[in-house]
Amino acid sequence: MVTELNAIITIAYRDFTKFLRDRPRILISFVLPTMFVGILGGSLQANLAKNVGFNFLAFVFVGVLAQVLFQSTASGIISLVEDREQDFSQAIFVAPVRRSSIIIGKILGEGSVSFCQAAGVIIFGLIMGVPLSFWQFARLLPAAAAVSFLGGAFGMLVLANLGNQQRVRQIFPLVIFPQFFLAGVFNPITHLPPVLFVLSRIAPLTYGVDFLRGIYYAGMPEASTLVLHSPLVNLGIITVLSGVFLAIGTALFVRSERNR
Amino acid sequence: MPHAVEVNNLVKRYKNAAVNAVDGISFVVEQGALFALLGPNGAGKTTTISILTTTLTKTSGSVHIAGHDSDGEQNAVRSMIGVVFQRPSLDLNLTAEENVRFHSILYGLYRFRPSYGMMPDSYKQRIAELSAVLGIRDELFHPVKTFSGGMRRKLEIVRDLMHRPKILFLDEPTTGLDPVSRKNLWEYLSRVRAEEDTTIFLTTHYLEEAEHADRVCIINHGVIAAIGRPQDIRQGLTEEYLLLDAADRSALEAELSRRGLLSDSAAPAGAAEFRIMLRGKNPAAIIQSITTPLISLHIHSPTLEEAYLEMVGREEQKNGVQAAAA
Repeated sequence: MVTELNAIITIAYRDFTKFLRDRPRILISFVLPTMFVGILGGSLQANLAKNVGFNFLAFVFVGVLAQVLFQSTASGIISLVEDREQDFSQAIFVAPVRRSSIIIGKILGEGSVSFCQAAGVIIFGLIMGVPLSFWQFARLLPAAAAVSFLGGAFGMLVLANLGNQQRVRQIFPLVIFPQFFLAGVFNPITHLPPVLFVLSRIAPLTYGVDFLRGIYYAGMPEASTLVLHSPLVNLGIITVLSGVFLAIGTALFVRSERNR
Repeated sequence: MPHAVEVNNLVKRYKNAAVNAVDGISFVVEQGALFALLGPNGAGKTTTISILTTTLTKTSGSVHIAGHDSDGEQNAVRSMIGVVFQRPSLDLNLTAEENVRFHSILYGLYRFRPSYGMMPDSYKQRIAELSAVLGIRDELFHPVKTFSGGMRRKLEIVRDLMHRPKILFLDEPTTGLDPVSRKNLWEYLSRVRAEEDTTIFLTTHYLEEAEHADRVCIINHGVIAAIGRPQDIRQGLTEEYLLLDAADRSALEAELSRRGLLSDSAAPAGAAEFRIMLRGKNPAAIIQSITTPLISLHIHSPTLEEAYLEMVGREEQKNGVQAAAA
C-alpha cells in the first residue's frame, strides 16, 4: 500500500515537474483563459449584461474555470500516448505497481497542472473585477478538484480508444470543443431545443460547469436561473461518471498496451 | 529452486499478422546464468523478451519467471526483474538523477522525496557507484535530452541496476556504446553476477558478447534453430581446420592430394591457403608428416559468429529456394 502511494505521488510529481519545465506550455495555458474571460466575457458583459440581468463576466468566469480544469487534465492524460510512442510507458508499465496507481498518479499530476492554470484564470478574473469572496473561493477549491478528476477520467476513456498521437490530435478537439457550448461555459443552457438538450446532458463537462456554478451562486438569487442541478446531484453524477470512465479507460488502455 | 526463466511452447501471433512471430519455443535458464538469445532482425527476440517481462501478452504456452507465472503473478515477476529495452525508455524532460530516483521509488526501494538532497545516503552511494562504473557521474544532474545515444543507454542500465534485480533482461544493451563503456559494463555485470547471483538474459548483435554466455539460443523466424553451450554450437556447426601454404604450391597440392587430405575440396583458387579439415585429427601429427617446405601455417578455431552466420545463412538460403519454388 505504501509502495502504491509512493508510486502515485512519484508519477504525479513527475508530470507536474515536466509542466514547470515547459515554458511554452505554461505561457499557452495562461493565454487561452485570459482570452476567454477577458475578451469573450468582457465583451458579453459590456453588450448583454443589462438585458440578461446578471453579471455575465462572473458567469463566463466560473464556466471557464471548470472548462480549464476539465480540459487541462484531460489533455494531460492524453500525453500517455506520447509516453507510449517514446517508449517511456514501457519503463513505467514494467514497474511492480498496480496499473490503476499509474493512471491515478497521472491524473493527479495533470490535475495539479490544471490547478496552476485555474490559478491564472482566478487572478485574471479578479483583475477584471469578478466578484469572488473568500468563502466562495474556499468552497470552489475542493469542487475544482472533483471537476479536474472528471476531466482526467474522461481523458483516460478517450485515450484508451485512440491508438496514436496523430489520431489523438485529430479526434480530441472533436470531443472537447463541442462540450464548451453544450456544457454552457459561455452561454446559458437552462432552455435548449430537444436535440441540444439531450447532447448537453450527455456531455460530461456539463456537470462540471454546473457543479462549480452551483457552488459559486449558492445562496444567491441567480442560482435559480443559471444552475441546473443542486451541487449534491452534480457531485453524485461526477463521482459515478469518473468511476465508470476510469474503470473502462484503464481496462482498455492496459489491454491495448499488452495485447498487441 | 525454480529456474530463473522457464518457457514452454510459447507462441505469439500479433493482431492481423499472417504468421506467428514466436512459434512454439521452449527453453529454461538456470538461476545465475548468462543466457544469450540471438537471431537476425525480426527473428522474434524482442517479442520473446517483451512477453517474459510482462509488457506483451502471449497467444499460448507458458512462461514462468523465478517460479512465478508471467500472466497470473505479474507484479511478483516485475519486482524480480530489471529490463533494459531495445529502444530507450527515459523521460527526456527530467534530469538523469530524477529518472533514476523515480524508478527507485516505483520499485519500492525508497519513499518519495522531491529532491536528491532529501534522499537517504544509501541511495546517493548506490547511484554514485553505478554512474561511476558507466562513466556518467558528472552528468547525473543534467537533463536527459542533452545526452547522446550512448549516454542514454548507460543511464538506462544504471537505472535498471538500482533495485538489484534477480533477473536482468538486456535487449541489445551495448548497441551505441563505445568499446570502453562496453568493456566496463561487462566487467560490472560479471561482478554483479558473481556477487549477487543475478541471472542475465541477453539479446545482442555482438556475437563476441555471447561467447561468454553459459547458454546460447539462436532463433530464426520465431523457432529455435540451435540451443546449447557456445562451444557445442560452434562445434556442431563449424569445424576446426588447418590453413597452410608453401612456396611450391603445386608440390604441396600433390602431396596433400596423395595423402587424401584434400579430399573435401580442390586446390584453392589464386593465392588462397590450402585448407585441411581436422575432424578430430591431431594437427601436430599432420604438420610433422608434411615434407613440402611450408611458408605459412595456422590452426583456425571456429567462432560463434561463424556458426551463427552459417546457420542463419543456411536458413535464408533455404527460404530463398522455397520462395523461388513457390
